[in-house]
Amino acid sequence: MTAPRGRVGGGVDVAGRGAHSGIAGVLASGWVVGLAPAVLAIGGGLLLGGLLVSLLGVSPLEFYSVLAKGTVGSAFGWGQVLFRATPLVFTGLSVAFAFQARLFNIGAEGQMLLGGLVLAWVGAWTGLPGAPFGVLLALLAAAAMGGVWGAIPGLLKAKTGSHEVIVTILLNFVAFALVNYLLTRGLALPETVRTAEIQEGARLARLTEWVPVFRGAPVNAALFLACAAAVLLQLWLRLSPHGLSLQLLGEGPGAARYAGLSVGRLTVLAMTGAGALAGLGGASFVLGYKYYFEEGFTGGAGFLGIAVALLARNRPLWVVPSALFFGALSYGGFVVNRLVPRELLDVLQAVILLLFILFDQRLGRKRT
Amino acid sequence: MIELALGMIAQVLRISVPYALAAIGGAFSERGGVINIALEGILLTGAFGAAAVTIATGNPWLGVIGGMLAGALLASIHGLVTIWGRADQILSGLALNLLALGATRGGLKILYDSASNSDRFEGVPALGRPDSALLSLLGQPLFLVAVAVTFGAHALLFRTRFGLALRAAGDGPRALDGTGLSVNLHRFGGVLLSGFFGGLAGTWLVMEQHSFTDGMSNGRGYIALAAMIVGKWRPLGAALACLLFGAAETLQIRVDSDVVPTQLLQALPYIVTLVVLAGWIGRAHPPLHLGEPYEREKGRS
Repeated sequence: MTAPRGRVGGGVDVAGRGAHSGIAGVLASGWVVGLAPAVLAIGGGLLLGGLLVSLLGVSPLEFYSVLAKGTVGSAFGWGQVLFRATPLVFTGLSVAFAFQARLFNIGAEGQMLLGGLVLAWVGAWTGLPGAPFGVLLALLAAAAMGGVWGAIPGLLKAKTGSHEVIVTILLNFVAFALVNYLLTRGLALPETVRTAEIQEGARLARLTEWVPVFRGAPVNAALFLACAAAVLLQLWLRLSPHGLSLQLLGEGPGAARYAGLSVGRLTVLAMTGAGALAGLGGASFVLGYKYYFEEGFTGGAGFLGIAVALLARNRPLWVVPSALFFGALSYGGFVVNRLVPRELLDVLQAVILLLFILFDQRLGRKRT
Repeated sequence: MIELALGMIAQVLRISVPYALAAIGGAFSERGGVINIALEGILLTGAFGAAAVTIATGNPWLGVIGGMLAGALLASIHGLVTIWGRADQILSGLALNLLALGATRGGLKILYDSASNSDRFEGVPALGRPDSALLSLLGQPLFLVAVAVTFGAHALLFRTRFGLALRAAGDGPRALDGTGLSVNLHRFGGVLLSGFFGGLAGTWLVMEQHSFTDGMSNGRGYIALAAMIVGKWRPLGAALACLLFGAAETLQIRVDSDVVPTQLLQALPYIVTLVVLAGWIGRAHPPLHLGEPYEREKGRS
């Protein structure tokens, strides 16, 4: 069974989808053209970035060479980039998963936050079993928490028709308040905004234990979990009937109903799966780096996951390189901080995102 | 006792002003058919612009204009990208919020060499100095402007030719096009107005606080969107919903956290909005063609 080719899932425009024909159609369905908006957006973004940097009196050449050297030019840099990419893979997959059914998950931030708190809570449980089972239990609990939080917008959409975008945005804020409340009522150590340390059995190994050149970098085994999740999800979407059902729903509720599918149930499934994936986003930080939950640990990874999924055109395997790219830009801020304010890299990310949605609209979906 | 109650009313009003202005802005954008999640970034940019101009010129009124223009600048990017670029409105809004957060943070470092706040400045001077909290609020020129804007906006949307055309752009663009008026230009007008109103909301925040602090919009743009929905995309309704949300925030500040958890009050506006969205308290209907770029039929020039 193959997933429909040429499915360009970069936006939510419903008009004129899949209406390619002739040579243009062959080209438009190829992955070369599929990559074009991303390449143009990144190129254009870097060009604009160079312009901004030179306005601040710094040579663009120096800026980009410092940026490249500091991020992907050393083992330590790679270790940092991989560490920052790990949660982005989870949140990127989360957004990409929901989007198979053309649902927007803006709630990854809140789902990841709640999942992270559950990771720390289960991980610190004194009755926790040893090594593989302790980790597994914590991960399952976090996925369940994220899944429940994701199911709410799914249920509301299915039962009442409330739009998932606004509902997930609202639920992010409810999640912030809820986590804050739980922290003040006993989960946080007194006078702090962090929880107790997790047990040995719930910890993920640092990569330095196997690859000593990463010394000092926080990258850990959660990276493998993230990559495994991407591969499994790709296979699931390609091979299982449920994966195809989601994509059918993505083609419009009419098509799904025609195929005899329950639109409501699939909507809940898409959002629950998305929530579960985002719920695992804290694994790297909580189980593999600090060994506790700390307020604000997400660092916006939930929102950035939207950009990650978008550039990957919502294909799970492509989420990994896309997350690496955004991970590199995120860490890059710290690298170039002595030249320019590191927020410039945040601006760069936003510009690339804007250019991508523009180019994607122009090139990705030619109207007939 | 009366003084306490009046003080509380003044506090509710004071807190509600930025929400109301931003929510009214949201109504103008969305009535025209353009979803405006960028409101959060518009608020932030407006606040930064107001602070930067006030500090640079020493004139808070120029700062007010600067704040509104800064908000309008971000809004116009949103308009260009989504109306003529036909890009997805939600994604554009999210990207612009990231842009505003990064740019204002970077701006703080470049202009004021600080990661957290700008220099302090005097806001718009009050008319007289009465000792009652409510009277002193009424003596603030910006507050009077905000009240005037609220009623003026409602009239603009429902009593003028432009308002009718704008609503048609969101509810029946084809019909508006049929009359010969430009759908896209009217939509851009709505988005631009949301920039002016959102920028004014940010200006209010920064004038109250006498300095710009990093991320000071703090989700207010999103609450404003929620209020706009609760207010059924009507300026006065949105402003009323903002008063409700402002009251919740006032309680959060004033009520002992052992009686009611502050976090519950903090989450209240969002929960109320969820309930409204779900249709359990009256149904909220968005403009019919919200979120869709307008496409002309073939054969029309």
